[in-house]
Amino acid sequence: MINNIILAGVGGQGILTIAAIIDYTAMQKDLFIKQAEVHGMSQRGGAVESHLRISDQEIFSDLIPKGEANIILSLEPMEALRYLPFLAEDGVIITATKPFVNITGYPDEKEVIENIQKTGKEILLVDAETIAKQAGSIKTENVVIIGAAANYLGFTKEELRESIRAMFSSKGDAIVEMNLKAFDLGTQTL
Amino acid sequence: MNKERELLLGAEVIAVAAIDEGISGVYAYPGTPSTEITTYIQESEIAGKKKIRSNWSANEKTAYEAALGMSYAGKRSLVCMKHVGLNVAADAFINSAVTGINGGLVLLVADDPSMHSSQNEQDTRFYGKYAYLPLLEPSNQQEAYHCVRYAFNLSEEVKLPVIIRITTRLSHSRSVIERTAPVDANQLAPETDRFKWILLPAIARKRYNGLLDMQKKLVMLSETSAFNREIPGKGDFGIIAFGLAFNYTMEVNSTHQLNIPVLKISQYPLPEKTIKDFCNRYTKVLIAEEGYPIYEELLRGFFDNNKFSGRLDGTLPRTGELSPDVVAKALLNETKVSLPIPEIVTNRPPELCQGCSHRDLYEALNKALEGYANKHVFADIGCYTLGALPPYNAINTCVDMGASVTMAKGASDAGLHPAVAVIGDSTFTHSGITGLLDAVNDKTPMTLIISDNYTTAMTGGQDSAGTNKLQQICEGIGVKREHIHTIVPLKKNLEENIATLKSAFDYEGVSVILACRECIQTLRRKNLKK
Repeated sequence: MINNIILAGVGGQGILTIAAIIDYTAMQKDLFIKQAEVHGMSQRGGAVESHLRISDQEIFSDLIPKGEANIILSLEPMEALRYLPFLAEDGVIITATKPFVNITGYPDEKEVIENIQKTGKEILLVDAETIAKQAGSIKTENVVIIGAAANYLGFTKEELRESIRAMFSSKGDAIVEMNLKAFDLGTQTL
Repeated sequence: MNKERELLLGAEVIAVAAIDEGISGVYAYPGTPSTEITTYIQESEIAGKKKIRSNWSANEKTAYEAALGMSYAGKRSLVCMKHVGLNVAADAFINSAVTGINGGLVLLVADDPSMHSSQNEQDTRFYGKYAYLPLLEPSNQQEAYHCVRYAFNLSEEVKLPVIIRITTRLSHSRSVIERTAPVDANQLAPETDRFKWILLPAIARKRYNGLLDMQKKLVMLSETSAFNREIPGKGDFGIIAFGLAFNYTMEVNSTHQLNIPVLKISQYPLPEKTIKDFCNRYTKVLIAEEGYPIYEELLRGFFDNNKFSGRLDGTLPRTGELSPDVVAKALLNETKVSLPIPEIVTNRPPELCQGCSHRDLYEALNKALEGYANKHVFADIGCYTLGALPPYNAINTCVDMGASVTMAKGASDAGLHPAVAVIGDSTFTHSGITGLLDAVNDKTPMTLIISDNYTTAMTGGQDSAGTNKLQQICEGIGVKREHIHTIVPLKKNLEENIATLKSAFDYEGVSVILACRECIQTLRRKNLKK
């Protein structure tokens, strides 16, 4: 069993928090993990990606081969499209729908969504921003996305909730509760 | 959960291994993808308790020399840098192969094939050959841990610095590792050999011969190294996979059950007998190197017998980092068809942060240059290099650390006016000061703008060696006080800043503009802590 996940977004959106929560859950189950990140120049508002691989057997490559990602998990719709070559035949695209426009020439919003739908893959479009606001802070968007992806990650919802608790515990109960709420609201988009 | 297992970045693995192996100090200048090694040690509680010295150095050369001094005194030291940093430290590095070491000295160099955050993709394995030093190239995080622990012992056994070469992909990828029992630091035991470290020609010749004599032993160690091993397979085609290339080779080999024999190489100098034995058993051999085709060139020689394939014949791409996909293309008849990237997807290059002081500086600089026929700005390495991109399009050069100062000087010597250089505070103290001294001594008409955000921002906000010292440094090397102007790059100061810049351009000598405002990222983090 190997689960290959492409995490996508724009530098600063918090894809590494998503990775950390999934990693932590995998650690609890003694699974093999490889997670390639982008540091340095691209972190300044550029396109960023993380290749996350979880398996019960040794993993060789830090990078996911093209056509073998089970999930593209994106915090931004155009960024989800950027990694389509990685998506497996039976892969799923889970993405936040709100564009992050920090460049000139950002394509038409509708066309971006249409292009996602045109892939013919299983698709989950998540209005993560609205849901995050409901949870109490726009900063919880990345946790909303984990909730939306909960059925595809190979862990139970309770295992993921436990990791969210552990990840945010140092920031106090209020922050933990807010993120758990974001996760729960995210799962309801399934 | 098993507490012994830790999920760490490759860079962090290097750090914990060095701590476990009893280093007394780490010396480094920040540079992607090597920065996190030193950051980890600086923040490590254990390292703090063990009093491991870990502050940032002014540049890679000062870092290397200090590490060498610690070694002279008998203790173990780690020195870390990115690949181009070794160019800066090369003088000390090459000569340290001739002096040899006392306490274990490990040089960690992080290469950046594909230039994710660099100006070139030079391969540090060349430096290993150049200096005649042993080099280790781990293929994964766990092996990186063992390599570091082994490297210090090897260094003390052969009395030479040992190089560990990693690349971006290993440095910035997390995996679970297991640590082994730590050892204590060395006691102070300064060198007893009176002449070993004095590289007067007569002594240097003797020591250089000693270094050459040592090569046989180094090759022997590579022949028996646990890091070099063969994964058996079938058929008349074999692969020699160097360093990280091993992962991609094995990924494709195991996923597609190809059963191709693979010789993994992670310790250099090349184990000659092992390589010959392997090559003699197969009619065709693919050479997969994560970096330059150094050993492919060597194995092919001048009289290519078509036995070998690799980067030089196009079986693998000539440039850039390898991937499971390019290795699959080399090994499989057909590769998976996957979806293309839709045409509407546009590039999203990095940009200067909203609220960044460099933005306001470039706005003022562009306006100040408006009246001049020649608008040339010599820039340098750092966040402010992003001033090359729209909407600013404000700079004309970015070559190496400190080159802004000296290239502006040379252009001024040629008659260019105004001659404007833009450099960051950390880059200035790294390699800009000596260039400015040249300009002062020559009374060169030029304007040096030091965009001072009180940090080494590009690599994540490390301490900057010149914070609160820049005015004194410039005065100290002879820039006249009345020609050092401090401005605060803010919207509200735009007109005033333009006027200051223009007056500096018009001065027929060296003028310095200190453009001072804190990095917006470090400011944000400070406010969060409050």
